Amino acid sequence: MRTVVTVLRKDLLLELRTLETVPAMILFSLVTFVIFHFGLNRATIAGQLAAGVLTATLLFAAMLGINRLFVAEREQGGFDAFLLAPVDRTALLIAKAAALFTFLAVLEVISVPAFGLLLLGPSLGPPLPGLIAVLALADVGLAVIGTLVSAIAVHTRARDLIGPVIGLPLLVPALIATARATGPLLAGQGHTSPPGKWIAILALYDLVFALLAYAVFDFLLED
Amino acid sequence: MTYGRGLRGLSLATVATISLAFALVFFYAPLDADQGFIQKIFYVHVPLAIVSLCGFIFGGVLAIAHLRTGDRRWDIRSYVAIHMSLIFGIAGLITGSIWAKASWGHWWEWSEPTLVSFLIVLLLFATYQPLRFAIEDPERQARYASVFAITAAAFVPLNFIAVRLAQQYVHPRVLTLGGGNLPGPMRLTFLISLAGIALLYVTLWKYEMTAKNARMQLRAARRALSGEDTIAPLRRSAAPS
Repeated sequence: MRTVVTVLRKDLLLELRTLETVPAMILFSLVTFVIFHFGLNRATIAGQLAAGVLTATLLFAAMLGINRLFVAEREQGGFDAFLLAPVDRTALLIAKAAALFTFLAVLEVISVPAFGLLLLGPSLGPPLPGLIAVLALADVGLAVIGTLVSAIAVHTRARDLIGPVIGLPLLVPALIATARATGPLLAGQGHTSPPGKWIAILALYDLVFALLAYAVFDFLLED
Repeated sequence: MTYGRGLRGLSLATVATISLAFALVFFYAPLDADQGFIQKIFYVHVPLAIVSLCGFIFGGVLAIAHLRTGDRRWDIRSYVAIHMSLIFGIAGLITGSIWAKASWGHWWEWSEPTLVSFLIVLLLFATYQPLRFAIEDPERQARYASVFAITAAAFVPLNFIAVRLAQQYVHPRVLTLGGGNLPGPMRLTFLISLAGIALLYVTLWKYEMTAKNARMQLRAARRALSGEDTIAPLRRSAAPS
């Protein structure tokens, strides 16, 4: 547990001092909203369309973070240092997933209100608690799968290509569940709690991939 | 370790089963009342898709064996299984598309959950070979490919559940997997086609394993006879050997 906290602290401190990843993710999401505005030629959107735009934007912004997640370890020899230390290797998975989760949470704290301001027709206020619950579950899935994919991709020659190409199909079910769960919330018809079916699927998806990542992550670190 | 044993019998059994299946498809199975002759593509398309999905999961199981034992041969088996499944899967997608065009009038039908989930699975497994090719060290390549194969195999059923639930009104499913509510002659024909395609998969898997194994033994024998230096090193490749 102490290892997890140490690595997580290192990652957050690194991000705070360099401000490399999260600001880029935020800027990316804002630009994507502008692109969607012109691409769809709509002043405001609502319902399933709004949910799709929000989910797709967050997914692609997350991809930026996923690509960068292990770059410091790779370039500065952090993998070797971690393997030399007498600690459980799963700690790296948990710490990295927690760091990615934090990045995504910060991204959403800024880009979801911006989405409400720029594109969303109905008010963001009433469905906000439900939306937070859905996005938190989605972030767990993104963080777990993202960490696994990033750990696979970082040792390949074309890591910026391999990461999204593997990660996006793996995240399609999470995207379906998130978009479907947020659709009714953003419709502006007084729905304040997301559909339970999709919450259950999202939770199941998170659970299965968390266990799977726990089982296979060790094999990505052996050397 | 030889893979050639029983290959002749297996090949003959495959040819016989597939011939029988085609004979049944054309002369025994009744014409579908709605769709007519084109419905017969069902006897090729559905077995191809089922066998390819089972092959992906089979590849994942072999990959588990690779990670547990650390024996490179399991990785080769897993590679060949996934590689064969990809070919079967693309064939299944093309035949499915032809069937969709003939019976629904579109090449692609988003409201058919099986088709959509199959596409997503295929898109995921299509990255298997680029991933292998992007890792130079053969040992690491094998390990990472196995991790990917296990993850992707677990993804197959989950993805089917999610996509199936995402369809609000699934049209009546006359042709469920396993031929649940098919009339008797159609079901018999379907099951024999399924057996034929499954045998074809196993035979091709065994052929490729035999070829790879023979090549590896040949290289080892050459190395033993004429020394390490005379054999040109392997070029970087997505295929383990």
